[in-house]
Amino acid sequence: MSKTNQTNSVVKWVDDRLPVFTFMQHELHEYPTPKNLNYFWNFGSLAGIVLVTMIVTGIVLSMHYTPHVDYAFDSVERIMRDVNHGWLIRYVHMNGASAFFIIVFIHIFRGLYYGSYKAPRELLWMLGVLILLLMMATAFLGYVLPWGQMSFWGATVITNLFSAIPLIGEPIVTWLWGGFSVDNATLNRFFSLHFLLPFVIVGVVVLHIVALHTHGSNNPVGIDTTGNDDQIPFHPYYTVKDLFGLGVFLVLFSLFVFYAPNYLGHPDNYIPADPLQTPPHIVPEWYFLPFYAILRSITFDIWFLDAKLLGVIAMFASIGLLFILPWLDRSPVRSARFRPIYRQFYWVLVIDCFILGIVGANSPDDPVFSGLDGFQFIHLGMMSTAYYFFHFLILLPLLSVIEKPDPLPASINEPILGGGGNAALAPGKPMEKP
Amino acid sequence: MHKLATIVSLWMVIASGHSLAAGSALVPAKQNWSFNGLFGTFDRGALQRGYQVYNEVCAGCHGLRLVAYRNLTEIGLTEQQVKKIAASKTVKDGPNDEGEMYERSGRPSDRFVMPFANKNAARAANNGAYPPDLSLMVKARVGGADYLYGLLTGYQETKKGVEIPEGMYYNKYYPGNLIAMPSPLVEEGIEYPDKTKATVKQMAQDVTVFLSWTAEPEIEQRKRLGIKVLLFLIILTGLLYAIKKRVWSQLHN
Ligand code: HEC
Ligand code: HEM
Repeated sequence: MSKTNQTNSVVKWVDDRLPVFTFMQHELHEYPTPKNLNYFWNFGSLAGIVLVTMIVTGIVLSMHYTPHVDYAFDSVERIMRDVNHGWLIRYVHMNGASAFFIIVFIHIFRGLYYGSYKAPRELLWMLGVLILLLMMATAFLGYVLPWGQMSFWGATVITNLFSAIPLIGEPIVTWLWGGFSVDNATLNRFFSLHFLLPFVIVGVVVLHIVALHTHGSNNPVGIDTTGNDDQIPFHPYYTVKDLFGLGVFLVLFSLFVFYAPNYLGHPDNYIPADPLQTPPHIVPEWYFLPFYAILRSITFDIWFLDAKLLGVIAMFASIGLLFILPWLDRSPVRSARFRPIYRQFYWVLVIDCFILGIVGANSPDDPVFSGLDGFQFIHLGMMSTAYYFFHFLILLPLLSVIEKPDPLPASINEPILGGGGNAALAPGKPMEKP
Repeated sequence: MHKLATIVSLWMVIASGHSLAAGSALVPAKQNWSFNGLFGTFDRGALQRGYQVYNEVCAGCHGLRLVAYRNLTEIGLTEQQVKKIAASKTVKDGPNDEGEMYERSGRPSDRFVMPFANKNAARAANNGAYPPDLSLMVKARVGGADYLYGLLTGYQETKKGVEIPEGMYYNKYYPGNLIAMPSPLVEEGIEYPDKTKATVKQMAQDVTVFLSWTAEPEIEQRKRLGIKVLLFLIILTGLLYAIKKRVWSQLHN
């Protein structure tokens, strides 16, 4: 590890005893990075910045928030009305959660397209999936805190999922609730855990980055870097590119925070929780909709497993699959640019996930197209759920064997300098925005 | 076992996506509110007239528990006017040194006085239906201000073939169409000091503006700040793009 070239004597003294400056120099400054990364590689650092933003706004919110069933709703309204710029802090936190998921979903689909989960980055990928799970838990817990109708009923529905587990399901639910229904004890522990989990996420993110810096970033061509011609130092090239990306993100984010702060939320959550009145539709936040669709799409028992339990299993399996993805896709080629068949099924999967989201937002027995009563959302949900599992469990292992990849360039540098001499690159071009 | 039954029935609601609100409500038309858009602001005249409508009509049944009298300075009333409004209300306070609850006249720091002592009293006075608090109403309904305006102007004689039960009224915008609130606004039901003609439409519009303010009192501040933040960010992003271009051009040479 090269020593920091700082000349400041205090810095040197510290660095000699605790090499933080050398560390920063190495990991944020010199860190050799492939020179052909496109803008899809911006989303990792963006996610990190949003995570920090969530923690900062969250800590300020919790200075004013009261986790008690009688005061929670009103304390949030106090933040909105009486705390200086409280509305801004809350709207940043609220929309920040949505932004976080958008960013992380793009980040994940980037990985799927360019094969970033393949050796030697399997653990890096698995840590990422773990972060997704922790984020989902955190967001679910946070959504309960304002104690509106959707908070309460969402919590009731989701905790109830555990009652599907045979024999011990019921005791588990009672244990989660800390009582016999979602109540004050539940709200208190949810607040405590909602405060805790983001810091656990920070810990996993650190591991994620350690794993990343061990082998370096993958890149759009998906081949290993071969030497200095392929690489550039992180600073200033990617620091400035990430900052520009951050600027674009902040413009879009501000449009939501200042002009449509409740666009992604549900109006029912501005009604205080009422355990005696079930809302007509219980829908989760948008980022849970595809998973909600999978949960509801299993309507039949298999053997001794009833439909509800199967739905829960399917939902968890849809994420669990991602953990073993590196071993489902055995193709030695990483980037979809050089995988003519996979490239097409990748887009089918993207569309399938959007369809799942739409299904999750609708009532299962409503017709998909008005006038075509026989074809309901539940049917569309079953089909798209089946396809999701088909893609990972059957298609990917099959493609690993039958697909004939296009020829790979000899180095990253070659297609860049070769000036279009490489025909194999052409089909992948649309993914690479300038 | 009772718990199991609730869980199972709840599950069925979720799994079937069963809608508890039957009926076919119309989608209310979009209105041109002054607080919409990038530069939206409230019209002070409409806010003050709207407060009058709330105070003289809706306050008999609906509370506004998240709003304090002092907040009324934000709609353009003077401190003196606000003091007078507050003083005209009777507030329950206590206990005093003797341990007794007592009544006193209101102060600007008091929240709006609630029309009923509790939910049950509210129900008892309204045929069993509960008039919900209006502080956040505009944020708590799909359609927001457009819905509220539609609701207040959407009463009509029943549609053919719809039986109206005792104590219910037909409203084309209310989910399920049957609402327990009688049409609250009548032509010339109140008299505006600024001589605006108090038609039902006018009053509905004014009270909707007022209730949009109670739901989102930060809206003007938010939009003003938003413009500044956006301008700043757009310029900053432009500069960053230029710097990025320059830094990377060294690489290509
Ligand atoms: C006579 C008492 C009374 C008055 C006066 C009254 N309301 Fe209501 N209001 C009710 C009741 C009762 C309900 C509940 C209706 C139901 O549940 O069917 C209600 C419900 C509502 C709702 C909720 C509708 C929904 O979507 O759930 C709104 C909004 C509303 N009133 C606005 C107003 C406004 C604005 C005024 C003043 C212009 C007003 N009300 C005056 C009794 C009243
Ligand atoms: C991983 C990062 C985080 C995510 C995804 C997240 C998500 C959420 C969500 C979805 C809400 C509900 C917003 C609403 O509807 O009002 C919420 C509320 C809240 N969060 Fe977080 N949060 C995160 C981090 C934090 C942290 C670190 C803290 C405190 C240290 C915190 C404290 C709070 C508080 C007090 C509320 C309730 C106030 C409110 O509803 O606005 N959050 N969070």
